[in-house]
Amino acid sequence: MKNNVNNKAIICEKLTKQFGDFKAVDQISFDVNQGEIFGFLGANGAGKTTAMRMLCGLSFPTSGKASVAGFDVYRQQEKIKASIGYMSQKFSLYENLTVSENIEFYGGVYGLSRSEIKTRGEEMISKLGLGNEAKKLVGELPLGWKQKLSFSVAIFHKPKIVFLDEPTGGVDPLTRRQFWDLIYEAASNGITVFVTTHYMDEAEYCNRISVMVDGRVEALDSPANLKNNYNTHSMDEVFYQLARRARRTGD
Amino acid sequence: MKQLLAFIRKEFYHVFRDKRTLLILFGLPVVQIVLFGFALSSEVKNIGITVLDNAHDNNSEQIIYRIKTSSYFLLRDPVLSFRDIEEKFKDGSIKCAIIFPPDFGGALSHFGKAQVQIITDGSDPNTATILVNYLTAIISNYQQQMKPAPQLSYQIIPQIRQLYNVEQNGSLNFVPGVIALIFMIVCTALTSVSVVREKEMGTMEILLVSPLKPILILIAKAIPYLVLSIVNFIVIMALSAYLLNVHTRGSLPLIFGESIIFIITCLSLGLLISNVTNSQQIAMLISLMGMMLPTILFTGFMFPIENMPWIFQAISHVIPSSYYYIIIKAVMLKGLGFSYIWKETLILTGMAVFLLTIALKNFKIRLS
Repeated sequence: MKNNVNNKAIICEKLTKQFGDFKAVDQISFDVNQGEIFGFLGANGAGKTTAMRMLCGLSFPTSGKASVAGFDVYRQQEKIKASIGYMSQKFSLYENLTVSENIEFYGGVYGLSRSEIKTRGEEMISKLGLGNEAKKLVGELPLGWKQKLSFSVAIFHKPKIVFLDEPTGGVDPLTRRQFWDLIYEAASNGITVFVTTHYMDEAEYCNRISVMVDGRVEALDSPANLKNNYNTHSMDEVFYQLARRARRTGD
Repeated sequence: MKQLLAFIRKEFYHVFRDKRTLLILFGLPVVQIVLFGFALSSEVKNIGITVLDNAHDNNSEQIIYRIKTSSYFLLRDPVLSFRDIEEKFKDGSIKCAIIFPPDFGGALSHFGKAQVQIITDGSDPNTATILVNYLTAIISNYQQQMKPAPQLSYQIIPQIRQLYNVEQNGSLNFVPGVIALIFMIVCTALTSVSVVREKEMGTMEILLVSPLKPILILIAKAIPYLVLSIVNFIVIMALSAYLLNVHTRGSLPLIFGESIIFIITCLSLGLLISNVTNSQQIAMLISLMGMMLPTILFTGFMFPIENMPWIFQAISHVIPSSYYYIIIKAVMLKGLGFSYIWKETLILTGMAVFLLTIALKNFKIRLS
């Protein structure tokens, strides 16, 4: 991390995205430490997705500064893309490709060598217990497995940061737990996890969380501190108190 | 390069695992060639005809015999009254009837003049005209044989020769059109659908977040269909040669090169369509209605463009397939060389470059 003096995975300073008169993201500032699990919360329409798109190198900010994995979001989008992983709320593997073909494809897209793809792929398949399913089409797997596979593929190229956009939508609580085991494992391997979610139990799993309201970051702290500050025992209540202030309606 | 190869391999998996795509890709050309070559033939053959012979003399029977032995007509059971003829027209078993008056032969031998009535089904005017021509020819042929015309002092005899299609093979005209049509469908529809499918499934997001350059995504999407179109092209050429007896007169490499330009045009159209919509159905609809229909209507392979109102003629000038059609017809059927088609080639190339540039540019704009 030559460029990154502070060992921060993500640094945002007054990052803003404006569409016409509408400030989708309004001067947000926060840092994410390396290896941290950072929860990015907010009601629908609060500006989470727009902020995340800027950080992933998919769109340019209107103003403000930000760096991801030590790279500038204005000038080094290509380098950012090579050092992050991404998993979206929509399922992100190819249904009519087999498990191994999906792994080969993403490995290839991220420029891994054939032998790397082979060894890491086998390792991953055995870790997920998908040995018998490797030659099956992904479309035939149950949703929970798909999701776990999807996450494993997102970190297959060993990115510095992985962005998860509502990764556990529609999954049962047990699978969600197992999913979070994978997230913890990734974080313990030094991968920074940036995750958006609507589940407050998941928010509790994060090291720190930020809550966006109307394009601004209204609160940022560890779950325990937030509950203290808002004088409550549940994250639900914290979120509710914050989100209630919103003047925008969800999309 | 490795990225591109991984991507292209994935695209081929998609194609070969999707039965619908495979069907369009390889079923369609065969069906089209067979359809246009045989079923939709504009030639008139085996048309039902009936005879009301009130004369029953030597002359009338000779004429009937000639009709019967010609391959154009299929002689149905003779009828006894006008009413029967009408019935047969109604049930569709005949498209044409011929009526000899009583004393046909007598009038012919006594007065040197006799009448015969020909009735045709006017609901299909083209066929009706052709039938009348055939029957008139048969009758005048018979008449000549009966009594050769006296030598006139001077005579103009038209010598007719149909260039480029001496055998009058009706499939000839269709093959270039069908090739254009198939490229339109395969390249435009399938490419646009395959890009839009990624958007619909959410995988496009993943690709955009990956270090793949957007232009690489588009190239990887286009290359499999380019390859498959070339395979298709070879299949069509083989089918038309061995099945329809349409042989290429001009240079094959030239046709091949021109086809590649047209394929690139179609691929760019497909990519353009995928830029404007996020739904597979709409992409399909635009490709079929917006691209295929004009190809059928305005390239001139079904309906002559010269007869259309100026506005439609103008439309035909902006449709890439009409230039491709002219080129292929010239090279394939007339055996002409590049010097005759350089203008069309230039226009087609211009269109390809223009469309491709817009497609690539749009794709980039959508990113930021």
